Amino acid sequence: MKKKGWKELPEGGIIKNVPTSQELKTGSWRTQKPVWDPNKCTNCFLCWLYCPDSAIILKEVNGEPKVSGINYDYCKGCGVCAEVCPPKVKAIHMEKEEL
Amino acid sequence: MSEILKTRQALTGNEAFAYAMKQINPDVVAAYPITPATEIVQIFSKYVADGEVDTEFVAVESEHSAMSACIGASAAGARVMTGTSSQGLALMHEMLYIASALRLPIVLAEVNRALSAPINIHCDHSDTMGSRDSGWIQIYCENANEGYHSLIQAVKIAETVNLPVMVTLDGFIISHGMEVVETLDTDVVRQYLGKRKPMYNVLDYENPIMVGPLDLPDYYFEHKRQQIEAMRKAKAVIEEVITDYNKRFCFDFPVFAEAYRMEDAEYAILVMSSAAGTMKEAVDIMREKGEKVGLVRLKVFRPFPFEVLQELFKNVKAIGVMDRADSVNTMGGPVFNEVRSALYDLNSRPRIMNFVFGLGGRDFPLSDALYIINRVKELKEGKSLDFVEYVGVRE
Repeated sequence: MKKKGWKELPEGGIIKNVPTSQELKTGSWRTQKPVWDPNKCTNCFLCWLYCPDSAIILKEVNGEPKVSGINYDYCKGCGVCAEVCPPKVKAIHMEKEEL
Repeated sequence: MSEILKTRQALTGNEAFAYAMKQINPDVVAAYPITPATEIVQIFSKYVADGEVDTEFVAVESEHSAMSACIGASAAGARVMTGTSSQGLALMHEMLYIASALRLPIVLAEVNRALSAPINIHCDHSDTMGSRDSGWIQIYCENANEGYHSLIQAVKIAETVNLPVMVTLDGFIISHGMEVVETLDTDVVRQYLGKRKPMYNVLDYENPIMVGPLDLPDYYFEHKRQQIEAMRKAKAVIEEVITDYNKRFCFDFPVFAEAYRMEDAEYAILVMSSAAGTMKEAVDIMREKGEKVGLVRLKVFRPFPFEVLQELFKNVKAIGVMDRADSVNTMGGPVFNEVRSALYDLNSRPRIMNFVFGLGGRDFPLSDALYIINRVKELKEGKSLDFVEYVGVRE
C-alpha cells in the first residue's frame, strides 16, 4: 500500500471515515508464515479459536463451517495456530517468510 | 462608509483583555488564576455570572487542566479562550503542543511574567519565549489598546488558519497600568467575527472521526510538515486580517513590526512590547541631536517575519537587539539569535549586538535606553564590543 504524502492527508492528524483498522494490513510484520494443509485438517477449529488476529478463514460448505485458509493480510505469523493444531493432525506448519 | 463608533475608555491591560473577551463572547473559557493575569478571568467570570456572555466557564484545578479543557471544547467546534501567565503557561506546556498540532484555534490572553526560580511576579518574556516552539502564533503588544484589538484579531487569525494564538502584554507595566483604550461596539465585534467554522468536530456522530490517535514513524513527520506549512500560510493570513481590520475600523496597527523613524536610519534598535515606548523617547532625543537612529518594534514573533526584518534593516550599519529574556546559552536572548540568523544573508551584513534587560521586572529607565543607543552608535563606528551586554544589572 502506497503511503500518502503530507499534502494528501487530512490535517490535524485526524482520521476520517472511522473505523479504519481493516485498512492497516499488518501482515507485513510477519517473519514466519503458517502453511495450512487441507488434506490433513480435521476442522476442529482450535486454530480459529486461538488466532488473535481472526486470520483463520472459515467458509460454509454444505451448510457446515469448514476451515478454508489463512488471511495473510492480517496474520502476523505468531505461530499459535501451528502450536495448537493437534500433534496427530499437524495440518499447519511454519515456514520462513520470503521478504 | 458608515461611521465607526469608537468609545474611549480608561482600562488596565487586564481589563482591556477581559473586555475584548466579553465582546468576543466565546463558547467556552477554561482558566485558572495566576498573578498578574488573574484579573482577566476574574473580570470575565463576573460577566458570566451577570449573564453578559453566553460562555460556559470551566473553573479548573490547574493550567494543565485549563488547556486540556480548552482542547476538548475546541475539538468539539467551540470558540475557546483562556488567560494565563508565567508558571501557568509553563504548566500548560505539554498541552500547548497538542492544541497546535490538532490545529485548534484557541486564543490565549497572556501576561508576560518571569519564570521561577527565584520566584518573581514581575515582567519579563521568559514565559512565552519558553513556548516559542510550541506551534502557537505569538503576538507581543506594546500597550492595552493594541492588546484589546489584537485579541479580537487573534480570533479571526486563529480560525482562518486553524492554529492557536497567544497575545501578550507586559506584566504589571501594562496589565495593571491604566490607559485610554478605543473600544468598538459589542455588536460590531460579534458581527465582524461571525461564527466559527471548525475544520472538524469530534461530536459530529454522523461523520465519525478520530482525533489524536497514535502516529508512528510512518506518518508523524507528514503531520508535522503540514503544521509547518500552516504556520507559513499564517503570515499571509495575519497580514490580511490586520490590514482588513485597519481598513474596516479606521486604525493604523502595524502587521508584523512597527518601524519608527527608520526612513534614513544608519543604525537601529529592535525591541518588543512596552519597552518600545521608552525606546521611542530615546530615539526622539537622539534624533534631536542629529543622530540617524531608528527603531523597529517586533510584534509578531511566531511565525517569525524574517522577510520583513531583512527589508527593514537592509540599509542600516548596526543593530541593537533587545531581549527581555535570556536563553542561558552563553550567546544572548532568543530574539537576538533569530534576528541575527535572519540577517545573515543580507549583503550589507549589519553589525548586531544583544542587550538583555528588564529581567524579573527590573525597571528600564530612559538613561538605559540612551545608553543602548550610544553603544549601538559605537558599534556602527567600528568599535569592538562584546556581542551580549546585560543592561541594568549591578556588577
